[in-house]
Amino acid sequence: MLATGLVAVLAASACAESDREEPTGDGDTPSGGTLIFGAAGDPKVLDPAFASDGETFRVLRQIYEGLLTTEPGSANLVPGLASDLPEVSEDGLTYTFPLREDVVFHDGTDFNAEAVCFNFDRWLNFSGTAQNPGVTPYWQDVFGGFADTPDTPNIYNSCEATDEFTAEITMNVVTSRFPAALSLPSFSISSPAALEEFEADNVTGSGDAPTYPEYAMEHPTGTGPFKLDNWDLANGAITIVRNDDYWGETAILDEIIFRTIPDGNTRKQELEAGEIDGYDLVAPGDYTDLEDNGFDVLPRDAFNILYLGMNQGAWEGAAAAGINPALADIRVRQAIAHAVDKESIVSSQLPDGAEAAIEFMPPTVDGWTEDVTVYDYDPERARQLLEDADAVGTTLKFYYPTDVSRPYMPDPGAIFEVISQNLQDAGFAIEPVALTWNPDYLEATANGLADIHLLGWTGDYNDAYNFIGTFFDAKAGGIGKLDFGGYNNEELFTAFAEADSEPDPAVRTGLYEALNAQIMDFLPAVPVSHSPPALVVADNVEGLVPSPLTSEDFSTVSLTS
Amino acid sequence: MTGIDLGKKERIDRLAELTATGPDQGGVSLTRDALRRLRRNPVALLGAFLVFIFVFVAAFAPLLAPKDPRTLYLLREVRPNFIPGSREGFPLGVDNLGRDELSRLILGSQQSLLIGVVSTIMGLVVGMGFGILAGGLGGKIDTVVMRLVDIMLSIPGLLMAITVALLLGFNQFSIMVAIAVTQVPIFARLLRGSMLAQRNSDYAVASRCLGVPQRKIIFGHVLPNSVSPVIVQATLSLATAIIEAAALSFLGLGNADRAIPEWGSMLAEAQDFLTVAPRLAFYPCICIVIAALGFTLLGEALREALDPKFRR
Amino acid sequence: MLRFIARRLLQLIPILFGLSILLFVWLRQLPGGPGRALLGERATAEQIEAINEQLGLNDSIFVQYWRFLSRVLQFNFGTSIQTGRPVTTEFFQRFPGTVELTLFAIAFAIILGIPLGYLAARRHGSFLDSASVVASLLGVTIPVFFLAYLLRFGFAVELGWLPGSGRQDVRLDATHPTGFFVLDGVLTREYDAALDAFLHLVLPGIALGTIPLAIIVRITRASVLDVINEDYVRTAESKGLATSTIRRRHILRNAMLPVATTIGLQTGLLLSGAVLTETVFAFGGVGSFIADAIGQRDYAVLQGFILILAVVYVLVNLLVDISYGLIDPRVRVR
Repeated sequence: MLATGLVAVLAASACAESDREEPTGDGDTPSGGTLIFGAAGDPKVLDPAFASDGETFRVLRQIYEGLLTTEPGSANLVPGLASDLPEVSEDGLTYTFPLREDVVFHDGTDFNAEAVCFNFDRWLNFSGTAQNPGVTPYWQDVFGGFADTPDTPNIYNSCEATDEFTAEITMNVVTSRFPAALSLPSFSISSPAALEEFEADNVTGSGDAPTYPEYAMEHPTGTGPFKLDNWDLANGAITIVRNDDYWGETAILDEIIFRTIPDGNTRKQELEAGEIDGYDLVAPGDYTDLEDNGFDVLPRDAFNILYLGMNQGAWEGAAAAGINPALADIRVRQAIAHAVDKESIVSSQLPDGAEAAIEFMPPTVDGWTEDVTVYDYDPERARQLLEDADAVGTTLKFYYPTDVSRPYMPDPGAIFEVISQNLQDAGFAIEPVALTWNPDYLEATANGLADIHLLGWTGDYNDAYNFIGTFFDAKAGGIGKLDFGGYNNEELFTAFAEADSEPDPAVRTGLYEALNAQIMDFLPAVPVSHSPPALVVADNVEGLVPSPLTSEDFSTVSLTS
Repeated sequence: MTGIDLGKKERIDRLAELTATGPDQGGVSLTRDALRRLRRNPVALLGAFLVFIFVFVAAFAPLLAPKDPRTLYLLREVRPNFIPGSREGFPLGVDNLGRDELSRLILGSQQSLLIGVVSTIMGLVVGMGFGILAGGLGGKIDTVVMRLVDIMLSIPGLLMAITVALLLGFNQFSIMVAIAVTQVPIFARLLRGSMLAQRNSDYAVASRCLGVPQRKIIFGHVLPNSVSPVIVQATLSLATAIIEAAALSFLGLGNADRAIPEWGSMLAEAQDFLTVAPRLAFYPCICIVIAALGFTLLGEALREALDPKFRR
Repeated sequence: MLRFIARRLLQLIPILFGLSILLFVWLRQLPGGPGRALLGERATAEQIEAINEQLGLNDSIFVQYWRFLSRVLQFNFGTSIQTGRPVTTEFFQRFPGTVELTLFAIAFAIILGIPLGYLAARRHGSFLDSASVVASLLGVTIPVFFLAYLLRFGFAVELGWLPGSGRQDVRLDATHPTGFFVLDGVLTREYDAALDAFLHLVLPGIALGTIPLAIIVRITRASVLDVINEDYVRTAESKGLATSTIRRRHILRNAMLPVATTIGLQTGLLLSGAVLTETVFAFGGVGSFIADAIGQRDYAVLQGFILILAVVYVLVNLLVDISYGLIDPRVRVR
């Protein structure tokens, strides 16, 4: 094998030639320079329909656009490739999108209503491996099933190009998720020509893993302000260059290179050494130091929630799995809520701007209300409640994740230790269980194995259901998530169904406010905090607007000298 | 890859060969002679001194520690960009949860020593089992056992440790097992090599000629004369174990019970506060270096002392 | 000699077979599975079940192993769950980086370790002896993730002399015909790229090199001490040979035999990927990828990489044994 390697090297050396592009001094385009951004992980795939994680989204948001997007710096819906927000029919089922008329894809083909419907039909008609929930998670999460899966209904009905620049999308049911979900990068519009040319739907691979087609690996073709230049996996870098034919304000930078640097300290040091111009997921302890050294820390609004899940052990087999039945008693859950010193956690472990949570969504989401039962830090009260419930000394299996830093939970181990001491002070006994984040921790909590556990969520778009519905609505089998013990709270589930299918936004908001109050009385978990994650850039980087959804647009970024 | 002793066949075999040379021919007992030379060796003295401090602190940790290592004394004063440093009652300051750093360091020595000792003993026992099987019985069994050992050696050590930790859950015991597993093939190879050398030595051949039963030769003569390289390796692997525990913690596979201090996990956790409080990393790091240096130097000196070639 | 090589290569077969079974069973004992790993926190139970079904993970382990084995025999290790690309492609994309890093680490250890070990032995029992041994151990006793931070802090952040992570400056847009970045730079005459790639090796190379350094110093010291006490050295001394001649001809040459072997074996070992070093230096080699693969339960990558690495390991060991026989006439290759 070494011999073969040698032969390969010799063969390569015979024809080795530099294929570097010489910098062209083209007078027309302004030179905006190169920005290097430190990412925590590699993007997974470059076809938005198959994407679901933050690192992939960050790159795709520069290359692609959807019909709707969010206002820079907020979670508010604004038109993207649509020229205006859609008109909604009276029954709330048909959405008419007027489209921009001056848009071309990176491959030079025109953007129009047919291209929009082509994409929707593509998503609906995915087959084979593409139906794998790991491949198309967001389609399945928001819309349900596919054309050939009658057993799994989908809420999307049809798309019709009523004229060249008007697309009419019809749904099967009313839901608060639509059209807000269209601002997700997963529902970006690809060039139909490129999709066909590079066989985008040809997701193959049986046995071990999906194999993505050429389109998803080398030829992403959207309408965004940047296009793909090069994806260098060996060196952990992906380069995108300015799209000079962009319909809107063209980007200022010539190119952006996203470099993968998994370790947080390495990212910080590389910024300090001038090797990169910015990075994401800044450790809360580094804010001050970075600012003192002349870097710009850009905190995003907290669009997330950290909670302490409590397992009521209502699912079949919970007792056999060793779940403590004590948590079925509301007084014990209230004791936990009063025992947790949220303020200390917020002030000592979370960055500036973080706040203690009183319910399971941040105040910026429609449906948040002050009108809920608030559980203050009160160890005495906690102890009393525990005594009333005759549950002093109850042992709780407390699960927490290691090796992970989430936007809502920068250091899970530290937060665990504080809560763990709090609960012991209140009269509980704690049995700590640590697991690596993915898949072990997520698997264990989702299977209802923890008595109490730490978890959280960053919202996908401004929608109450995206928060509380995800956590507390009925799941498969008509019961709540196993995380919280699979409770069967009919009243709660009915309220959810009612709110989700209410077409009038104002009425819906009122329904969600009532739901929040209802949830805080039922107390399936303890809301802990909302924490603002931050980006950092060098001081010569201008124009990067932090987004609460972590969906920053780099086209407005410039480098000053 | 963290260890000093990424078990190298050749080095192990060589160590075996070096230290397994024949029985004492002089008038002085081998042990006494070794001790004498040990005392004259500055490397040995330094190593022994460091190990002594380490073991002493670990043994009397509960008495030496001024405060409870679990209590969150100054949590309310901690900010993401400020962790209280040295002050009255807290000579080394507090950690990111407001706990007394000095007490945690002192009690941490206990856990570190425990991990080192228990994982080494586990690796030693299983590894010696393999070694005796292979070196004592020889033939087909030798081949099979050694192929198995080769397989274990060809898997990167840390990788094996990670999978073991994932299998057994994150607690003190699984960390010990994870580290022990990486030590097994090293001990096995070492003992086998040294037993093979002994088996062909003059006295073993002579016993065999005299008709002494095989089992008696192995357990009565060959084995006792073969263990010295294993003992030496054991001191070295104590150091490796302490360092490897830090690596496992860094990867998020440390002990789930955060209240129990251990140097490796303290160092790993401090990585998040390097700009705010670098001392939280330096203190446990210095402790690890001292303990690991102590064991390695002592082991090295022991090896030299046991090597008859150095007897003058 | 040829028979010896042939026999050693034949022994590879049971090793690989055993290893493949061990890996297969072992990895599948790990809690969680790729279904959850693929979907993360947004997954539902039905989705995970569907994915496991689709990946064939619900079949009996024998069926799965048989499928795996029949593919491996055609040199097909499947595709990576993380990247969706063939395991062999992933391997050969990353292995050159690991090779470069290993060579640098070994070179660093040799250049520093042999003189240090020799010095310690010559001054056996002195303060210099202890100091050399302690110095050679310092690096390896600092857990590598922190050592990496310290090195980067000194040489990349404060002094700005060396790059602190990655394999090459991404701005260079260098050409990579072979995947060995330093070699590529030379071959394509992009000498700035070659130099840059080389500089990127320095810090991770030193961090990784502390392991062979500690061992090379110890072995050099021990074997020089050994040789010094040999009869032929005493004979040479009593003959009145010049000290420098004795050192060069008798001591160094003979003492280098075990050192050479150690170097060879360390090389084989480091080639199997420095999981932590590569991760903290964001160095795209096999080690960092294996670490990700464990987290993602990327069975195909783990099995494929470890099997290929085992072959590399055995081959390097074989080369070491052969060269040992060539260097030392006393060792007869049987």
